[in-house]
Amino acid sequence: MQTFPKIRRFETLSYLPPLSDEQIMRQVQYILDKGYIPGVEFSEESEPTQHYWTLWKLPLFHAKSTSDVLNEVRSCRSDYSNCFIRVVGFDNIKQCQVLSFIVHKPNQR
Amino acid sequence: MSYTQTQTQAKSGYQAGVQDYRLTYYTPDYTPKDTDLLAAFRMTPQPGVPPEEAAAAVAAESSTGTWTTVWTDLLTDLDRYKGRCYHIEPVAGEDNQYFCFIAYPLDLFEEGSVTNMLTSLVGNVFGFKALRALRLEDLRIPVAYLKTFQGPPHGITVERDKLNKYGRPLLGCTIKPKLGLSAKNYGRAVYECLRGGLDFTKDDENINSQPFMRWRDRFLFVQEAIEKAQAETGEIKGHYLNVTAPTNEQMMERAEFAKEIGTPIIMHDFLTGGFTANTSLSKWCQANGVLLHIHRAMHAVIDRQKNHGIHFRVLAKCLRMSGGDHLHSGTVVGKLEGEKGITMGFVDLMRENYIEEDRSRGIFFTQDWASMPGVMPVASGGIHVWHMPALVEIFGDDSCLQFGGGTLGHPWGSAPGAAANRVALEACIQARNEGRNLMREGGDVLREAGKWSPELAVALELWKEIKFEFEAMDTL
Repeated sequence: MQTFPKIRRFETLSYLPPLSDEQIMRQVQYILDKGYIPGVEFSEESEPTQHYWTLWKLPLFHAKSTSDVLNEVRSCRSDYSNCFIRVVGFDNIKQCQVLSFIVHKPNQR
Repeated sequence: MSYTQTQTQAKSGYQAGVQDYRLTYYTPDYTPKDTDLLAAFRMTPQPGVPPEEAAAAVAAESSTGTWTTVWTDLLTDLDRYKGRCYHIEPVAGEDNQYFCFIAYPLDLFEEGSVTNMLTSLVGNVFGFKALRALRLEDLRIPVAYLKTFQGPPHGITVERDKLNKYGRPLLGCTIKPKLGLSAKNYGRAVYECLRGGLDFTKDDENINSQPFMRWRDRFLFVQEAIEKAQAETGEIKGHYLNVTAPTNEQMMERAEFAKEIGTPIIMHDFLTGGFTANTSLSKWCQANGVLLHIHRAMHAVIDRQKNHGIHFRVLAKCLRMSGGDHLHSGTVVGKLEGEKGITMGFVDLMRENYIEEDRSRGIFFTQDWASMPGVMPVASGGIHVWHMPALVEIFGDDSCLQFGGGTLGHPWGSAPGAAANRVALEACIQARNEGRNLMREGGDVLREAGKWSPELAVALELWKEIKFEFEAMDTL
């Protein structure tokens, strides 16, 4: 028997081991396949009631491939390695955000 | 199109006496108007009663008719108010059963009142002697009438934004035992579940305010549990605080207190509590920014018999009109295949905006919800980690999956039980998004995750793997 450890979480996919770039690309492929608009956002803090993280550039309206998105994640990571970073997806038909998953925690790796 | 396409009244004056209903209420040539409310009934006439007469009686007794002619009929324009049976068809495979379709003029119903609508549609007529049995199968609510309802206080999209949870079903658990825990012990169970990774815990429906745990004590201890779990995990947490109460005033008092202490979601039983109470509460929830979870105690009394009562899809539509952000809808898994189509039919009616007629799924009418927010379906009861791949596949992201025994019954306790479910869910979401087929590979996905999650490994060992009949999955 074990006591479940107290660990801070970051919503969807944060109960899995940290995603590799390869795994991030496959999730991004899902966003593109669904016709959603990917985006990257970052924040120094991860308070659950703080709805807005800072947008990295603009939502990636013109992203054609997973590497377009992954390159932005990498640039964001190098500029803001002390921040939390997540990839989000917007659906402009349903007119709302539909996806979000954590891709970087402060000073990870 | 005008209602005068069927002429009822002659100018010959008042003739007292009993007249066949079909003369007035059976109008097979009538074309329903866009503003008519349409109903499909499954009708079993008494032996010897012709279906046209029985169907006309249903139309009459659920709208303007009475068993005998009355002189005051002549002071109104019956064509403006009467229900009309416009179509009858025998039910395939049944001896003396018919689907009858009835159109009701919009003016029959008070704006924004599910109570009034149901009082007409399923009132006296269900006890009518000429019928052996009667079941309301479906309704088409005209957009003109829908626009007089607020509907769900928030709906699925707003709920997700408030909770900051995207791209996966929500996870819940009903705290057990149902009855008899003290408020402090109860709050502890809530805390353990939430800190382990659930989004919500739930009051059992029969927990209101009993001697062993008064509502105010429960609300306060539970709220402390929510706040502690939220602070530790960094994720938004909630517990459906049941505000169902003996009187409307007490219900509102409990709701006000829940809001005062900052809880994000409350709960109501819409059938035992009643539609009037539910609609009031739903309006209050929108005005006060509190999410509303709806339980459905008593539904099986109404919807279980195939030939009598009201189908759940009608109750679900009524709830969407009256208002609620979540509604229990069954789990599908483990049930017969036919029921999957039917269940997913009314799940679509709960959460989609436009649903096409599809008789194979029990949907008798195309329904346009005119942008009314959707209700999140809640799958609860008898499910555990091995069901997760099928649940994700069947219900998709916009659902709430509730594992009661499947969380609390974990050998290591509730937090590990919750974590096992959360890991299983996220492993399934990751795999689905990567293009893997959960119906076929779901077991592998769970076993792979069990290699690095000891909590999941223990759960997988305790509960038995479910075998699905893949071939049958798409037949209806």
